[in-house]
Amino acid sequence: MIEVKNIAKSFDGRTVIEDVSAVMKAGQCNLIIGSSGSGKTVLQKCIVGLFEPDAGEVMYGGQSFTKMEREAKTEIRKEIGMLFQGSALFDSLNVEENIMFPLSMFTTDPHKKKLDRVNEVLERVNLKDVNRKFPAELSGGMKKRVALARAIVLNPKYLFCDEPNSGLDPQTSLVIDKLIKEITIEFNMTTVVNTHDMNSVMEIGDYILYMYQGRKEWEGSKKDIIFSKNERLNSFIFASEFLQDAKDMRMLEMTGKIPNIRNMDHLTGGDSPAI
Amino acid sequence: MTIFNDIGRYLLMIKGMFSKPENHKMYWKEFIHQCTEIGFGSLGIVAIISVFIGAVSTIQTAYQLVSPLIPPSTIAQIVRDTVILEFAPTLVCIVLAGVAGSRIASELGNMRVSEQIDALEIMGVNTKTYLILPKIVAALLMIPLLVVISMALGIWGGRLAGTAAGILSASMYDKGLLELFVPYNVIFALIKSYVFSFIISSIPAFYGYYVKGGALEIGRASTKAVVVSCILILFADYILSALLL
Repeated sequence: MIEVKNIAKSFDGRTVIEDVSAVMKAGQCNLIIGSSGSGKTVLQKCIVGLFEPDAGEVMYGGQSFTKMEREAKTEIRKEIGMLFQGSALFDSLNVEENIMFPLSMFTTDPHKKKLDRVNEVLERVNLKDVNRKFPAELSGGMKKRVALARAIVLNPKYLFCDEPNSGLDPQTSLVIDKLIKEITIEFNMTTVVNTHDMNSVMEIGDYILYMYQGRKEWEGSKKDIIFSKNERLNSFIFASEFLQDAKDMRMLEMTGKIPNIRNMDHLTGGDSPAI
Repeated sequence: MTIFNDIGRYLLMIKGMFSKPENHKMYWKEFIHQCTEIGFGSLGIVAIISVFIGAVSTIQTAYQLVSPLIPPSTIAQIVRDTVILEFAPTLVCIVLAGVAGSRIASELGNMRVSEQIDALEIMGVNTKTYLILPKIVAALLMIPLLVVISMALGIWGGRLAGTAAGILSASMYDKGLLELFVPYNVIFALIKSYVFSFIISSIPAFYGYYVKGGALEIGRASTKAVVVSCILILFADYILSALLL
C-alpha cells in the first residue's frame, strides 16, 4: 500500500501540486487522471522519489519514503517497477539485455537463470522472438510491452505506469491495459497509473484520483464516476457526446433511469424511462 | 549567478559520483565499453591529425630556419619539443573535446530526455556513479595513451615529411631527436593530458546529464559542452605551463 499525505510541489515559485492525499491499495489499479498540466506526472514523480516534495510525505508499506536516507530509498526502489511514457528502453541494448539489466544489476543469478526469467516475462507480456531486436526495431506497442516486462522482471511490489497508452491505437491500448490489470492481480502489486485515456479509466480503474489544477478534485471508483455529480470531473471524463451517451447507457443498465434532462430517445428508441 | 549555480551543480555531480557500485561486474562492463568508445573510437582521427601536425611542423620549421649556421638536426629538436609539449597534449585534447566530449554530452542528454536516466534511478541505480564515473575513469586512462601515441606519430610524421621533401635525411632527423632531449617534457605533457582528460569527460557529462527539453536542447548542450571544454583546456594549459615549466 502507498499512502500520499498532503504532498505539495512547486517549481520556480509556481505551485504545481498542492495538498494532495491519497491511499493506493495493493492488488488494485490506482489511476491518477486529469487534463494535461494538472500535475499528475509531477505527483507520480514525487511518489516514486524522482522529485522531492516541498511538503507532505509518501509512505510505502507504512514507512516514510520521503524521510529515508538514500540507501534505504534504494532498497524500496528495488521493489518498484516503472513503465515510462516513452518506454525509456536503453537504445544501445537489445530487448533481452534491456530486460536482463535489472537482474544483472541486482542479482547474482547465473546467466541461464536470468535468461529463463527474461523469456518468462516476455511470454507474460505476449512477446515472442524479439530477444535480439533493438528498441528502434520495435513498434510503439511492442516497446511498451518490453518496458512492462523490464518493470516486472524483479517481481516488484509497486508498479507505476506513466501514460501507458500514449501514442498507441485503441486496440493496442486495450491490450496494454489488460496486461497491467492482469499483472496487478496476479502479483498483488500496488499499481499506480497516470492516464487521461477514458477507456483505461473504465477498464482498469479500481481507485481513481482526479487532479484539477494541482489539487485533488475527486476520488472514488469507476462505478462512482458514473454517478458523480462533480461537474469538472464529468466534463473531463465525458467530454464528448459519445462518451456522455455511453455513461447514460451504463447508468440506464445499472439503475434503470437517467438522472439528467438529456434526450435519450436516440439511445433507447423512444423508451427512455422517466427521470 | 548562473555560472555559480552551474559550478555548484557541477561540484555536487562530482561528489555524487563517489558511491558504492551496486554491482562491480556491471560497472566494469560499462568502464570497458567507455574505454572502447573513447580510446579506439578516437584513435583514427588522433592518428591522422598527429601525422599531419608533425609533417607540417617540420616543413614550417625548415622554412623559417634559413641560417646556414643552424644545423638541420635542430628541425627535429624543434618538432620533437613542440609536438611533445603542445601539439600532442593540447591540440589532440581539443579535437577529443569535439569527438569524445560531444558524444558524452549527446549520449547522456538523450538518455535524460528519453527518461532512461529516470528509469535507472527508479531501479535504484546511482546514475551519477554508473553513467558518469566510468566515462571519466576511461578518459583518464585512454586519453593520456592517445596523447602518447600522438607524440610518436607526430614525430614520425615530421620525419616522413622531412625526408620526403628533402629537407633533411632520416639519420639527421633521428640524430636531432636525441639531442638535448628533456624527459621532463614528456611528464609535463602527461600531467597536462590527465587534467585535460578530466575536463573533456566531466564537462560534457555535466551538460548532458542536466539537459532539459528535447532534441534541440541536446544539440545546444553538446555544443556548449565542447566550447566550455575547449576554453577550459586552453586556460588549464596556460596555468599548467606557468606553474610547471
